[in-house]
Amino acid sequence: MSIDTYIDEITAATRNRPDYLLQNLYEIQYQYSYVSDQAIKLLAEKLALSESFIVGVIGFYSFLHTTPRGRFDILISDSITDHMLGSRGLLDTLCNKLGVALGQPRADGRVTVDTTSCTGMCEQGPAMLVNGWTVTRLDQNRIEQIVELIEADTAVEEWPQEFLTVDDNIQRRDILLSDNSNAGDALKALIEQGDEAILQQIESSGLRGRGGAGFRTGMKWRFCKQADADQHYVVCNADEGEPGTFKDRVLLNSYADKVFEGMTLCAGIIGATKGYVYLRAEYRYLRAPLEQVLRKRRETGLLGTDILGKQGFNFDIEIHMGAGAYICGEESSLIESLEGKRGIPRIRPPFPVTHGYLNKPTVVNNVETFMAAALIAVHGANWFGSVGTEESSGTKLLSISGDCERPGIYEYPFGASMQHILQDCGATDAQAVQVAGAAGATLPAAEFNRCIAFEDVATGGSFMVFNQHRDMLDMVRNFAHFFVHESCGFCTPCRVGCSLMKDLVDKVYTGHAGQYDLDEMHKIGELMLKSSHCGLGTTAPNPMLDTLNKFPQIYNERLKHSSYEPSFDLDAALQDARDITGRDDAGAHIGTES
Amino acid sequence: MSTSKTFKLDGKTISFNDGDTIMDAALRAGEYIPHLCHNPEFTPHGSCRVCIVDVNGRQVSACTQPAMAGSEVDNASDNIMRQRRELLQMLFVEGNHICPACEKSGACQLQAVAYYTNMLSPHFTHFFPRRTVDASHPDTAIDFDRCILCELCVRASRDVDHKNVFAIDGRGINSHLVVNSPTGKLGDSSFAASDKAAHVCPVGAILPKHTGYDKPIGDRLYDRQPVSIVGDVAAHEQEQEH
Ligand SMILES: Cc1cc2nc3c(=O)[nH]c(=O)nc-3n(C[C@H](O)[C@H](O)[C@H](O)COP(=O)(O)O)c2cc1C
Ligand code: SF4
Ligand code: SF4
Repeated sequence: MSIDTYIDEITAATRNRPDYLLQNLYEIQYQYSYVSDQAIKLLAEKLALSESFIVGVIGFYSFLHTTPRGRFDILISDSITDHMLGSRGLLDTLCNKLGVALGQPRADGRVTVDTTSCTGMCEQGPAMLVNGWTVTRLDQNRIEQIVELIEADTAVEEWPQEFLTVDDNIQRRDILLSDNSNAGDALKALIEQGDEAILQQIESSGLRGRGGAGFRTGMKWRFCKQADADQHYVVCNADEGEPGTFKDRVLLNSYADKVFEGMTLCAGIIGATKGYVYLRAEYRYLRAPLEQVLRKRRETGLLGTDILGKQGFNFDIEIHMGAGAYICGEESSLIESLEGKRGIPRIRPPFPVTHGYLNKPTVVNNVETFMAAALIAVHGANWFGSVGTEESSGTKLLSISGDCERPGIYEYPFGASMQHILQDCGATDAQAVQVAGAAGATLPAAEFNRCIAFEDVATGGSFMVFNQHRDMLDMVRNFAHFFVHESCGFCTPCRVGCSLMKDLVDKVYTGHAGQYDLDEMHKIGELMLKSSHCGLGTTAPNPMLDTLNKFPQIYNERLKHSSYEPSFDLDAALQDARDITGRDDAGAHIGTES
Repeated sequence: MSTSKTFKLDGKTISFNDGDTIMDAALRAGEYIPHLCHNPEFTPHGSCRVCIVDVNGRQVSACTQPAMAGSEVDNASDNIMRQRRELLQMLFVEGNHICPACEKSGACQLQAVAYYTNMLSPHFTHFFPRRTVDASHPDTAIDFDRCILCELCVRASRDVDHKNVFAIDGRGINSHLVVNSPTGKLGDSSFAASDKAAHVCPVGAILPKHTGYDKPIGDRLYDRQPVSIVGDVAAHEQEQEH
């Protein structure tokens, strides 16, 4: 098929709507391994957008490219937990055996190898993506087999099934994961008891958002319901980009019916007829199974028109793919991305509940929040509220990875202590726990008596364990690099601050920093957290500030004794001059050793 | 519209209308809040963060924050001024700003706001990015070294000229301005020197050709009076040219 016909087809399928630009780009990327100038031109005509706007959208998302990638486009997950499982060594092996340089397509165009932010396979890593498909449990042996498959030009679809298997690894179940209600139960309750009664149940259950911020779900739904407009929308945030989090992956794999049920319940209450799941591109393998669940729900009257026979209860759900951008988990960036644009966080107010998708009132909730809401409708507010703590009712799914014997998904009532959790997952010599991901809190052993709860240690679910042998600065460095990669670049303090911070952490790591540099980190960190436009910038300095405070030795043991060290190496700066003059004698060097 | 609503800006009472931001109300009252990406002719952006103020203990950008009756707004404390200075230093090290060699020197808002906040040096380590100059257009040149990503040209070209000549590409520290034309060059775009977009750049990134140093250094907009008195360079575009 010619590219003209292909683009005709995909744009026709999305009715030439410019807000489907990102969805079109995603398809083109995986069809051709890049979006060519020709494709950009055709899209610009079809969607009535400027070419530079389209180029800007491509340039924003890590998985979209304007130059060809290899036919096998490999991305090794570069999260700290992948590093701890040896991913860096495997990356070197892979590049060597394939004869490729990082990020550069091989001369024959067959393969590219690069790194990517956490792919959400932390408990079965190291992991990688090949043309968007997830491969787990990499080791030397598996890497060698993968090299053979690539050299034999075996399509990824034909690779051994065990390579592409993703396990749930559920280790502890509580009220959510052990529930055995049936598809449709929550909607039946809604129809029997009415919107207002169910909304009151959600409010009095005390349910708070599971994506991290903990906003009261009932209140959000009520605000949205009250916002006057001709259309309302329900959006499920399945971007799950926080390093170390993978519980939404498991819910979407094994509990999708309950997540969709929660979305439909919300639609019934707020009066929406359309919903979206924003699925991170890293979970490409979940898309087809999710479509299958949606189809089944349509066939059984749980989606579509007159749901469960109730006249005028109309709702359907569409899956939209992300394309590699952590910031798109932030709800207003997510909405921009749903509209096909660069994922830049919006100015707030107004908030999505009044001005969201296409400027209409929109509820955005996390995957886990929708599932909890559905089960509250079935079992009642008391069933939920009787578990947990005063401020944090119910349970929380934790994604546990790192140095422990039994990594995986653990569902705990809120109020569970670190100590208790560490014991359950078999972490016997923990030095620290990183809770709530890269922007979360670093807890040393002295704080293991603290609890998972909004009023103590709040988390979207990431729980990474570090044993006594780990160098915590490796974690800090990994996060500092992560934020440089993921800052959207909109506002000054985060765009520039993330880079300055990363350079300072690297300076400490290479043994070139002095006390002055640590003071600079404090200063830049404080500026970022006070003046950034969105939650990414206001939390990105947390890992540095937290460890400077609680793990000062990882910095101090590497400091030069002088208080001030230059940010560049004078002798290294002379290398160009030495190359030109062909000199390398003592006189062509500036003494740097003291 | 009611004008009875007021808030305090550094102790002074400022009245505002429904829908006003803190910046709108301050500008109308003739009070200066330092800013770069804001221009009252365009929808607020909130990206440079230079207009941060403290409202009842919370820091917000004045250009995007709705004015609230009875609130206390701090626009001048050492704490706020220090943060603004640090933001300006970040902008200076991110690009390549060689003021003595820049045609905009003296009429540049980045420079003027830096003076206003008592910035004496760029302080942070320079990034020295490799950027280019686009001199392909007969009447206008772009020196990308000096672009601070305020997106005023993007907004002007999109919302006033209806040409969409400019867009932002890349992400994070790699964000950069791009020109909509087959070659990416301004000369091959639909840009004209009479466009609104040619008259909004607060720094020396988008510059008219053929007029170099018409006005001598020492006589330029911010040479005699500070930005807090004379305001935005874009508002003086007319007199700059004649
Ligand atoms: C940088 C950033 C990334 C975020 N990523 C996610 C995410 O991946 N998933 C999520 O549910 N919420 C994420 N959030 C929180 C969302 O903005 C929003 O609060 C949430 O989706 C609301 O749903 P909830 O109330 O059910 O938690 C993120 C926030 C920020 C600032
Ligand atoms: S804080 Fe960072 S991610 Fe958020 S708007 Fe600013 S640059 Fe973008
Ligand atoms: S060229 Fe000027 S107006 Fe345009 S974004 Fe850069 S600094 Fe702003």
